[in-house]
Amino acid sequence: MFAYYLGLALRSLRRSPGLTALMMLAIGFGVAGSMTTYAVFRGVSGDPIPWKSAQLFVPQIDAWGPVQMSGPGARSGTNEPPDALTYADAMALIHDHRGSRQSAIYAVGPTVLPTGTGHSPIPVFGFAVYDEFFPLVDVPFRYGSGWSADDDTQGAPVVVISDTLNQQVFGGANSVGRSLDLDGRDYRVIGVMKPWNPQPMFFDVVDTGGFSSDGPALFLPLQRAIASGMENVGAVNCPKGTQPGAGYAGLQQSACVWLAYMVELDDAAAVQRYRQYLDDYARSQQTIGRFGWPPNNRLRDLRGFLEYQHVVPDDTRVSLLVALGLLLVCLVNTAGLLLAKFLRRSGEIGVRRALGASRRAIHAQYLTEAAVIGVGGGALGLLLTGIGVFGVNRMLPPRLADLAQIDPSLLALTLLVAVLAAVLAGVYPAFRAARVLPAWQLKTH
Amino acid sequence: MSLQIKPILVALRRHKAGTLLIALQIALTLAIVCNALFIIHQRLANLSQRSGVDEADVFVITNQWAVDKSTQQIDAQVQADMAALRQLPSVRDAAPASGYPLAGVGSDNFVTLTPDQVKPTTDSAVYVGDEHLLDTLGLRLIAGRNFRSDEVLMTSTQQAVFPPVVIVSKTLADRLFPGGSALGKSFYAMSATPTTIIGIVDSLHRQGTSQWNKPYAGQSLIWPGRPDDSRGIYYIVRARPGQLASAMRAAPKALFAQDRMRIIDPKDGLLDYAQIRHRAYDSDRGMAILMGIISAVLLAITAAGIVGLTSFWVGQRRKQIGVRRALGATRNNILHYFLTENLLIGLAGVIVGAVLAIGINLWMVTRFEMDRMSLLYVGVGILALLLLGQGAVFAPALRASRVSPVEATRSV
Repeated sequence: MFAYYLGLALRSLRRSPGLTALMMLAIGFGVAGSMTTYAVFRGVSGDPIPWKSAQLFVPQIDAWGPVQMSGPGARSGTNEPPDALTYADAMALIHDHRGSRQSAIYAVGPTVLPTGTGHSPIPVFGFAVYDEFFPLVDVPFRYGSGWSADDDTQGAPVVVISDTLNQQVFGGANSVGRSLDLDGRDYRVIGVMKPWNPQPMFFDVVDTGGFSSDGPALFLPLQRAIASGMENVGAVNCPKGTQPGAGYAGLQQSACVWLAYMVELDDAAAVQRYRQYLDDYARSQQTIGRFGWPPNNRLRDLRGFLEYQHVVPDDTRVSLLVALGLLLVCLVNTAGLLLAKFLRRSGEIGVRRALGASRRAIHAQYLTEAAVIGVGGGALGLLLTGIGVFGVNRMLPPRLADLAQIDPSLLALTLLVAVLAAVLAGVYPAFRAARVLPAWQLKTH
Repeated sequence: MSLQIKPILVALRRHKAGTLLIALQIALTLAIVCNALFIIHQRLANLSQRSGVDEADVFVITNQWAVDKSTQQIDAQVQADMAALRQLPSVRDAAPASGYPLAGVGSDNFVTLTPDQVKPTTDSAVYVGDEHLLDTLGLRLIAGRNFRSDEVLMTSTQQAVFPPVVIVSKTLADRLFPGGSALGKSFYAMSATPTTIIGIVDSLHRQGTSQWNKPYAGQSLIWPGRPDDSRGIYYIVRARPGQLASAMRAAPKALFAQDRMRIIDPKDGLLDYAQIRHRAYDSDRGMAILMGIISAVLLAITAAGIVGLTSFWVGQRRKQIGVRRALGATRNNILHYFLTENLLIGLAGVIVGAVLAIGINLWMVTRFEMDRMSLLYVGVGILALLLLGQGAVFAPALRASRVSPVEATRSV
């Protein structure tokens, strides 16, 4: 039966090519517009670590107090604590070790001096972290591994490097055990990562703004980075009227916040215990007089924190909404045209009904026709989505546009949305067509 | 000429669904296009913001050190670099700076008028530079004086030094001390000690271009100092008129001749202001283009939809048209009938659409960082859609007017 309806649909569409083309164009443009913006949206709003994001938490501790006017690192007018930690608080959390894994994190920007002549220095971007960082966020390794807890306490000069840096400096060979010159100091390569560039860079969105076109080039022990005076290139936000003293000593003693922090908590009970622990800690700081205010902490899970940090740019959401509006208009447009097209054939419907076709049959026939338009529109939509994503890559800032990619799931979704949209648009027209009164039609025509 | 509105309404009642769908489509199109136009206009306004910089001649070098240096070593190197740059024949002036207008990111401090004030008066972008900075950027001093070289101190990374003197942009001066009395007055910029205004420049854009900066647009201050940051430093260079290209070739060479152990990123270490502006506003431009394309597609589809549906109606009513013509209606009467019909549907659509457009805008104000839309956009949108409707309906209406009276006698 379906083949028969399909034949009828194709014949009917061929009879009015202009109208058919118009409907396919409408569906195609509508679908392509929303799919293109959806591709960008999907790129920026995806869960960077879906298998684990529910167990990762970001603690925030109010080290500034309620009356402290806050810089961009906190929200003025709200009672939100700063979005990073002071050195004192981060170290207390590391020392107490109340989660199953945890790490303080800050951004570094050392210079790699490749050995041998003719190589120019390479400025790189990386992070100073603790040993538990690697299992915490599941860093994939090609060679070697992360360092040990002992390396952390001893401030061992070890480094984990990215696949790209390994290519640049060691030609892609297994470089574990070889030495790497960072800012004129020797470090031993202990691990080489597989290509790894999670988007957003969830473990330190405060410093990275969420997205970067290159992944982190290296990781090294936090205490080692501090001891060798490797510059912090991330954000430093200070309470009013204070500036940190010179160098790391000043930064470490200041009330400025500059460390990101992430902790893994396995279940609801652990989360509850950790909240309690944070409050107890803040209260102890109140007791010793460091905090002149009651505990004001937050413990957001990773997705909650990304949401709080507005990692998905407003522009992306707005354009997705506008594009969905476009799809809606295209739907209404197609519905109107289908209505016209179907009712024009009232005479034909009357004859079919008189010859015994049921209302359901008419319904099915016209929905099939709508679906055929959907397939045509979808094919056009695929082409336009391709052009759209290509265009977006040239138009948007590279850090965002790189994330918009065409893959089989996007293509399948484009076709699906096109067919669904067309069928949806065809529901009311098909309903009207099925209600045509055969007797009246036959009599008047 | 009397327009027969009543018969049109009666006829439309027989095509309720089609009429409703066109009106709905017009309403949605108006709502979306108004908001899109508003976004486009806002973004274009961003693109054309004044920076205060002599953009035709200025470029910026991002200089990083390849090896660890002490603050003293850096300071000596910066001074040597400056001497080398200023000697170049194609260079008019050069200055070290902590940031530059439209850089995208940069430091800013809250500003208060008294040291113990809890709520900040406002916020200001902070530049640190030497006595050459004003001339290098091409800023126009409208009151007071430039820094003296003895006021320019070596400032290192994260050091708590607050200079006692400051040059501010006119916008900041007026914000803090309305009435043009700012010169000689003091304020606090997250500092424990006051800083006194010794000069006012005409206009100086902030480093930041994000929404967060918007309430503080144009509010900037310059502190005297050589920002000897071990992470790197910006060298701002102003070429002699028309010599930008040769200065941009000569400057890095001169610097490397001074000292090889530095990094000037080949990708973005050397930028002229055309590139800086391009980068600063890439998302604004992208958004404007995207909204423009979506609006154009929307309008085209709505116009095509009106053409399609009206053509169908004309085809369906050939017989009735023939009867009217036979009874004495002129071609013009028929033409006007369809134009009026479309106008009525269009009016219904734009009324709903206008409410929808304002509603969407108000919702976006609460949900996203967006401003209230001026009613002018809605007015322009209404006019555009009504005209679009009339234009779209014209061809089918003309065809209708050519239906011969003979059609009345034919049966289908």
